[in-house]
Amino acid sequence: MADPATDPAPERVDVLVVGAGPAGLGAARAARAAGARVVLLDSSDQVGGQYWRHLPPERTSARESTLHHGWERFTALREALSTDEGCRVVTGAQVWAADRGDDGPPVVHAVVGPADGTDRTTRAYAATSVVLATGAHERTLPFPGWDLPGVFSGGAAQALAKGERVAVGRRVLVAGAGPFLLPVAASLVRTGAGVAGIVEASRWGRITRGWGTRPWELLPARTKVGELGGYLRDLAAHRIPYRAGAGVVAAHGRDRVESVTVADLDADWRPVPGTERRHDVDAVCVSHGFVPRVELALSSGCATADDGSVRVDDEQRTTVPGVFAAGEVTGIGGADLSLAEGEVAGLVAAGALPGPGLLRRRATYRAFAARLHAAHGIRPGWTQWVDDTTIVCRCEEVSAGELRRSAELTCSRGLRSLKLTTRAGLGICQGRTCGRSVEDLLERSLGPAGLLDRGRVSRRPLAAPVRMGEIARAVPPLVHLATPAPSGPVPGEESP
Amino acid sequence: MIPRRPGPQAPAARGPAAVPAATDPVRPRESAPLTLLVDGAPVRGVQGQTVAGVLLADGQLSWRRTSRHGKPRGVFCGIGACFDCLVVVNGVRDVRACQRRAQDGDVVERQDDPRGGGTRGGTGPSPAASDDGAGGARG
Repeated sequence: MADPATDPAPERVDVLVVGAGPAGLGAARAARAAGARVVLLDSSDQVGGQYWRHLPPERTSARESTLHHGWERFTALREALSTDEGCRVVTGAQVWAADRGDDGPPVVHAVVGPADGTDRTTRAYAATSVVLATGAHERTLPFPGWDLPGVFSGGAAQALAKGERVAVGRRVLVAGAGPFLLPVAASLVRTGAGVAGIVEASRWGRITRGWGTRPWELLPARTKVGELGGYLRDLAAHRIPYRAGAGVVAAHGRDRVESVTVADLDADWRPVPGTERRHDVDAVCVSHGFVPRVELALSSGCATADDGSVRVDDEQRTTVPGVFAAGEVTGIGGADLSLAEGEVAGLVAAGALPGPGLLRRRATYRAFAARLHAAHGIRPGWTQWVDDTTIVCRCEEVSAGELRRSAELTCSRGLRSLKLTTRAGLGICQGRTCGRSVEDLLERSLGPAGLLDRGRVSRRPLAAPVRMGEIARAVPPLVHLATPAPSGPVPGEESP
Repeated sequence: MIPRRPGPQAPAARGPAAVPAATDPVRPRESAPLTLLVDGAPVRGVQGQTVAGVLLADGQLSWRRTSRHGKPRGVFCGIGACFDCLVVVNGVRDVRACQRRAQDGDVVERQDDPRGGGTRGGTGPSPAASDDGAGGARG
């Protein structure tokens, strides 16, 4: 094979899968079953994604399955792919750009090596089909004090518990919305933390309507019911109170969280005055939902739906020929749906057809996803707990008051210009953490007219921050001017 | 288990903590020890931990000050999306502590970038600009 560090020609493959979580693993396996040569990329140095985030090889455990659902399925997929000569798994591969093709799949650019390193190997792939399985990151709504150390996303608590065996605190409150709060609490208690309670923003009426309508439709998804039963047993065994219709509206402390204020929320998530209660905790994990990671899909030219997820047809095709999407990037629905979507995408990407059983399985878990949104989707009243001093953009430290005042003073309805005025969303996280909240808050202060360019926070020409020197090496005309990277084994490449 | 350096808040049990390997119900294999030099002081961990994992297991909750208000920051998202946990590793800035595996002997420095002032620690190249051609590199 040509050395990509000195040869800018992209490597040709049949099916390139970006992301090795449940959707990407399912896609890679299915594409292999259909006979395609596959390259599977992931930015982490291990496969499994956030869902199957696990201990590193130095610390393997025979009892790791107690921290996971579907662990056997994961290890079987991992084993099958790592021993398959037709599949190359490249970990530590940070994809930073998708060069849009002419009515076809993009050329995908990656740097391979230790996270945020300086001498990573540059790689480019030209695939007949690309499957985007880039997943989602969490959405935590801002509240006063959410920038204090000791405030974590729910995913952080999970990642540290499953991947590090570290508990984020000794007495931890879990808050936000959705069933994800339950596994967060479960991993905390399995990591030695005391869980002070789970606080769910949606009220019981909405939860019951969302999940309880036509309950027989949930029967095919009974493994999920089994998971729920496990979590309820955890709550009982550890005496963890579960409260619906309430939320964390402030965190307090000087240089770290010492306590939080919880208030009742109405049906639209507006805090109810007079219901505030203080809880002494040393950490709080907050998760209000998930945001699909659509950067590569957008650069590839794929159309998105109103909720910002990538639009796909029944065969997981995006609007760009040869580009498929599967898993959370097409809408938030959980690991079982991601696996099913990945399998469909992998088969079709390799020129095969999905069978009726697989399509039924996908339909079952899609229905589950719709209920999730009905019961726990973010309601607009949350902006009421954000006061003028609340930091909204964590990177550039822009407060809600600054956002509102800038909109007022400049009379601008352009998100782009308001971002440039305030610097909100322009920091190193590229607006991933605050982008949607900045849009929501500006929409609220602008009134009915609203923003002219809502939704553009996900447009990022570079899908991840990379160092200038690495880009210079990746760009063809410059590649011969740059010092070639030292040859040798590529870190993170698992040879077949 | 790796002996924990008694931190200032050790007696009042609060803050992050690692499960002692000996009593962990998940029973991870005993891993070889490693030592990071964090702002000149040795911090012990085990092979396979991320830099953030070593610091949190040591009881540290924050290791950076923000540019504008000088506020403390540590891990927030834990999955590499928020960039709150940045550190300087072996002279290279802007390394996400939650994503980088710790290597024995790594020299880790705080990355404090007071706005308008000099940069503390790190000489390596900064990441490229992000959205709208702005942001990213500063200091």
